[in-house]
Amino acid sequence: MDGDGDGQSRWCLSQVKGAVDDDVAEADIISAVEFNHSGELLATGDRGGRIVIFQQEQESKNLPQCHAEYNVYSTFQSHEPEFDYLKSLEIEEKINKIRWLPQKNAAHFLLSTNDKTIKLWKISERDKRPEGYNLKEEDGRYRHPSSLTTLRVPVFQPMDLMVEASPRRVYANAHTYHINSISVNSDNETYLSADDLRINLWHLDFTDRSFNIVDIKPANMEELTEVITASEFHPLQCNTFVYGSSKGSVRLCDMRASALCDQHSKLFEEPEDPSTRSFFSEIISSISDVKFSHSGRYMMTRDYLTLKIWDLHMESRPVEIYQVHGYLRSKLCSLYENDCIFDKFECCWRGDDSEVMTGSYNNFFRMFDRDAQRDATLEATWENGSPGCPLKTWRVSAGSRRKRNEIGVDCLDFSRKILYTSWHPQDNIVALATVNNLYIFQEKLN
Amino acid sequence: MSSDNQDTETHSEQVDETQESQDTNSNPVRSEEAKLKAKYPSLGQKPGGSDFLMKRLQKGQKYFDSGDYNMAKAKMKNKQLPAAAGPDKNIVTGDHIPTPQDLPQRKSSLVTSKLAG
Repeated sequence: MDGDGDGQSRWCLSQVKGAVDDDVAEADIISAVEFNHSGELLATGDRGGRIVIFQQEQESKNLPQCHAEYNVYSTFQSHEPEFDYLKSLEIEEKINKIRWLPQKNAAHFLLSTNDKTIKLWKISERDKRPEGYNLKEEDGRYRHPSSLTTLRVPVFQPMDLMVEASPRRVYANAHTYHINSISVNSDNETYLSADDLRINLWHLDFTDRSFNIVDIKPANMEELTEVITASEFHPLQCNTFVYGSSKGSVRLCDMRASALCDQHSKLFEEPEDPSTRSFFSEIISSISDVKFSHSGRYMMTRDYLTLKIWDLHMESRPVEIYQVHGYLRSKLCSLYENDCIFDKFECCWRGDDSEVMTGSYNNFFRMFDRDAQRDATLEATWENGSPGCPLKTWRVSAGSRRKRNEIGVDCLDFSRKILYTSWHPQDNIVALATVNNLYIFQEKLN
Repeated sequence: MSSDNQDTETHSEQVDETQESQDTNSNPVRSEEAKLKAKYPSLGQKPGGSDFLMKRLQKGQKYFDSGDYNMAKAKMKNKQLPAAAGPDKNIVTGDHIPTPQDLPQRKSSLVTSKLAG
């Protein structure tokens, strides 16, 4: 992680996507980043409801020291803004989550969701087209039947590759509140969608019905004390899922136990230390993301200041706690005033579960090596340093001092935040989003 | 020689830093809380209480009705895509009833993401 101990990491900037000017339109703000199951495709979603998919080029034999680059494969408008007539509220087209389905045939499928509607998109390639029709010219004009003297059989001829995205299913009208998570089940037939108060189970083939499996809405809304913030299916057990709450607890539910999983099977909650309780305690304990390890043995939660790794066999406390940016404790007042304290950071596991990463402010991101118990702070920037050059690690100090690769807490830019991250399922490639740019980092291979 | 001096300087600075942070470390959150209460004395006792959560459940801009919403959207679209309006005419939709000649010839196309550019 700290590499040679001289402040250099093993990571290098590989690519940056998006405009580099300062004028950022609301629609260009990235809101989702996700590798597919093979790592060949990388999808991004933005506030304008658009999805851009990048594809990794074939491995280049000429450059063995780095993985191949990602280039644009397909782009389409997934969601459009809508108006909720009943509540007179706008339904944003912002893409909240993208989840890929495991690949079954030549086409790729992904689920994308905004606040209210989930869609299943099919991305397929077309590299042949039929030619030699009898009644149509090549440009589409119809020939007069009387001008025909012979008949021929149309044949498929190669054409320039065209990638098409088409919506195959639209799962609508099942959520009163705002959808924050979707998760595909390991059975590859069902998926769950979670909003602030409810979780629904869908079958991928059916859009006209879904089953409610968790409902934490109180009979009297005045008694509302917590909301659902994130939810995920277990990667191997199709009956198990978890959901995190705004109060810092995670509940694991088993769908074999009952149809409505309001009663949890396990409750993962760290006991609160009453001496540290403050006005901010509950807010900073709110779970912003929950992710199972690839092995299915562990679970990681992200709250405002820490990353916690839980052993699913032990509910009483996490087995590992990593401080992401503890120096923000002295800034909580202003972070509350500018709403940054409500930012929802994602986190992700490396393919072999040995490392985890998450984003922070000032375009910093944090890498934690679980085995070596080392961590590093890296910066996502396209200045200082060319692609292929190893990143330098940073330190954050108290006050406003600024030295080489050290920055004071008072100098951090809280408008530049990395909320969305994704780790390639096999290789050491990570993709993350700053406000309007996609960064791809690779670990040096040699 | 000079580099040695720099090193010791940094070291002692770092030691001072840790001592300083240890003093305030015992209560950085408490002092932040006091700051907030001083600024907003009316802030409720239970920050995770229902008022706060209710506001969160109802995020999104409220409009008077669908007409209000569509007018606002038209204004925003015209601002974002000035090229879509007629050649010499001013922006017409969103402010007054347009005539057929004033409207753009076709629905303004959606802008492609800059990531794909």
